Amino acid sequence: MLFLSQIINGLQLGSIYALVALGYSMVYGIIMLLNFAHGDIIMVGGYVAMLTIAAGVHPILAVILAILACVVLGVMIDKVAYAPLRSSPRISLLITAIGVSFLLENLAQNIWGANARPFPNSSIIKGAAISIGGVHIGNTAIVTIVVSLLSMVVLTFLVQKTKRGKAMRAVSEDMGTAQLMGINVNNTITFTFAVGSALAGIGSILYCCTYPQVSPTMGSMLGLKAFVAAVLGGIGSIPGAMVGGFAIGMAEVLVRAVGLSDWTDGVVFAILIVVLLFRPTGLMGRPMTEKV
Amino acid sequence: MRQRVQIPMPVRYLINGVLIVLLFLLGQVLISTSILSSYYQKILLQVGVYVIAAVSLNVATGYLGQLPLGHAGFMAVGGYTAGIFMKSFPIKGIPAFILAILLAGIVAGIFGIIIGIPALRLKGDYLAIITLGFGEIIRVILLNIDTVLGFKFTGGAAGLMGIPKYTSFPIVFICVAVTCLTIHTMMKSRHGRAILSIRENEIAAESCGINTFYYKTMAFVASAFFAGVAGALFASYLGLLVPSDFGFMKSIEILVMVVLGGMGSMLGSVLAAAVLTIVPFALQSISQTVADYRMVIYSVLLIIVMIFKPSGLLGTYDFSFTRILEKLINRIGIHDAVAKKGEKSR
Amino acid sequence: MSKMVPVPTHSYLPERDADKVPILEARHLGIDFGGLTAVDSLDLTIGRTEIAGLIGPNGAGKTTVFNLLTKVYQPTRGTILLDAKDTAGMNTVQVNHAGIARTFQNIRLFKDLTVLENVLIGLHKSMNVNLMESVFRLPRYWKQEKEAKEKALELLSIFQMQDLAKYEAGALPYGAQRRLEIVRALGTNPKLLLLDEPAAGMNPSETASLMENIQKIRDSFHIAIMLIEHDMNLVMGICEGIAVLNYGKIIAKGTPEEIQANPAVIEAYLGKKKEG
Repeated sequence: MLFLSQIINGLQLGSIYALVALGYSMVYGIIMLLNFAHGDIIMVGGYVAMLTIAAGVHPILAVILAILACVVLGVMIDKVAYAPLRSSPRISLLITAIGVSFLLENLAQNIWGANARPFPNSSIIKGAAISIGGVHIGNTAIVTIVVSLLSMVVLTFLVQKTKRGKAMRAVSEDMGTAQLMGINVNNTITFTFAVGSALAGIGSILYCCTYPQVSPTMGSMLGLKAFVAAVLGGIGSIPGAMVGGFAIGMAEVLVRAVGLSDWTDGVVFAILIVVLLFRPTGLMGRPMTEKV
Repeated sequence: MRQRVQIPMPVRYLINGVLIVLLFLLGQVLISTSILSSYYQKILLQVGVYVIAAVSLNVATGYLGQLPLGHAGFMAVGGYTAGIFMKSFPIKGIPAFILAILLAGIVAGIFGIIIGIPALRLKGDYLAIITLGFGEIIRVILLNIDTVLGFKFTGGAAGLMGIPKYTSFPIVFICVAVTCLTIHTMMKSRHGRAILSIRENEIAAESCGINTFYYKTMAFVASAFFAGVAGALFASYLGLLVPSDFGFMKSIEILVMVVLGGMGSMLGSVLAAAVLTIVPFALQSISQTVADYRMVIYSVLLIIVMIFKPSGLLGTYDFSFTRILEKLINRIGIHDAVAKKGEKSR
Repeated sequence: MSKMVPVPTHSYLPERDADKVPILEARHLGIDFGGLTAVDSLDLTIGRTEIAGLIGPNGAGKTTVFNLLTKVYQPTRGTILLDAKDTAGMNTVQVNHAGIARTFQNIRLFKDLTVLENVLIGLHKSMNVNLMESVFRLPRYWKQEKEAKEKALELLSIFQMQDLAKYEAGALPYGAQRRLEIVRALGTNPKLLLLDEPAAGMNPSETASLMENIQKIRDSFHIAIMLIEHDMNLVMGICEGIAVLNYGKIIAKGTPEEIQANPAVIEAYLGKKKEG
């Protein structure tokens, strides 16, 4: 019974990691950038939801506003900070992403203060826990898992079945050729950032409902873990990000369950290292080859 | 054609040697006459530590062309090695400290081999991630090893306290000079060229008979060794080590120094490390509001520099005093006299 | 040009090389990429001082052959004997040490390093100062650096490039970059030099002097050279033996005269003559 509820916990955390990991993976797939600012977009989403609800906005509207804020922020970051560096060395792009991450964290700290603030989770997800066969399953857990899975289904449909999705896949395959085929590369990149950030926004609300507080640095560890999940699954691969997310979530919950919560981060990274040693491009990543 | 003057090798070494001694004396005079207050001296010591950290990371990043994100982990290994050694070694004093610095470098170098052998099999971003992972694991181990295994090693989250404080200007200066010179002479040799060839084109390097894995490991270990030295100096400077000092953000901070200075430029790393260490203190002294926003200013500047100068402030330019001297000599026309002399003596 | 004579391995070698161990013997060499056979049952023999040519239409697998010989790809089947020594299990570095050097179709210079440094990296193996001797600048370091520099300038002088030593390799004109790649490869002291389209992008006068220089290199270094090239004047002008590759298989081998008269070769290049 205890085991089952731990599984539910793992799924809950894992589905949040998966949503965030998808954003990392999609952006990496398309412009080969480890978008360090992604975690901080989540933080901004959390603050927007909290502040709008505090201002009396209806919770559903607040959630929509938060997701929209994430989308706008994600696209803006790309336009302002990343787009000028499309042809620069990749490390410059990486450092820029780190700079954006620092900027968001420190702006948040200056504007909203360094301390964590409570998040009004009960006004978003209402209702009591349900009980199946003696196992209590929190309402938040159910909503989190369902919403995440739904988002992933929608994303998969978007990428596999729509024209936009086809363009995204083409650009991530070969940007130059995609351009020659008449695909608007810039629009596609913008769209990718928008979708990734929307997922981050959803992840942000779910995360804040699970751990009901917001702080300027909440995105950095969450981002790092989700990022590990993306790499574990094979960065650039959408199913990989989902698998990686669930794997990391599960691992983390299980390590805590056996009483080693201090070692959680260590175990997460150890799993990553072991996987990379045996599968150098992650569980579902494509092997890298260089034409000679 | 005008013959250009070239300063012969022994003279170059002499000039550089004199220059280093002069710099050292300048520092000593400034300190002994108290022109540099003890506050500024402390900043100066920190600058030294970060210069070593940045210059050593530059070996793996700028010269080898890889992107390790766990440099702080090596600093931690060096710092804790030195700290534990100094606390438990029966003899105290400067000789023990020097031994501790060497030991810190060696242990960090061994960690460099342990981490490098698996990590260097991966390429590009995957190498970045795996080193990030190793760095975090080192931190978690330092944090938890005492509580779990019952050691009295690291002091856990409270930190390793009571490390003897021996880090002083002369020692830091000598460490900085030795680090820079060693890395310089290593890079200007067949070993250094092999390392550069891997950065430039790995497949071509292999087809030229360069054992790329061996030289990658060499660069990685050299990088770790000097990071360990920086860690040792840091340990004995603070007298206290906490694992959270060596997290992922510290690695990033050092990486930013290297990239901002210009990857592959030692002078760039030195300057960027110095500036980025001094600036927060300087901003603090301007006003509290500025100090509050110093990280915001820092990140905006970082983004702006990357957008407008993606190769870093100095690119791959490297400073050579003798080269500047040669240029000067050639410009002001002494070259005729010197060249004639050279011809006569032949 | 010397006569080609039959040798026990059922190949033809230049008469002067005939009674010596061939520098390279590939037998039944093949590689598959995910079920697709890129090169198949390739047999190749190169004499010790032969200039050999490997030609064929685009996509025939010529560069793949070079990649197999230098172990950039591990062959799926077959054996490669380099100077009668099996190279099975060797990697690119070991094959280079064993005596094969190459250039690349898409030039792979160390672009940000100087011309001199590029050649010095080629000479890496010929030096043996250890790290400590380098770091502390011990006498052996100075001696070997000096010797290596002289050797590098001497090699550069083959193509009259010694005055370019200080320039960044990436700043050189295209033709000079190709020549520098040859010099760098020669630095590794090969027994067999593989040139992948050495004349690509060169104008006719550059190509003519390249032809001369390739022969000069063979004569002064006493090594074998195998080249992939689309410029038929160059191939027919300096190659003694030519192999023609199509769809990963050798369809013809012989002297330039034989190849030019071979109907299978003409068909591979020009397509089948239409009936009627």
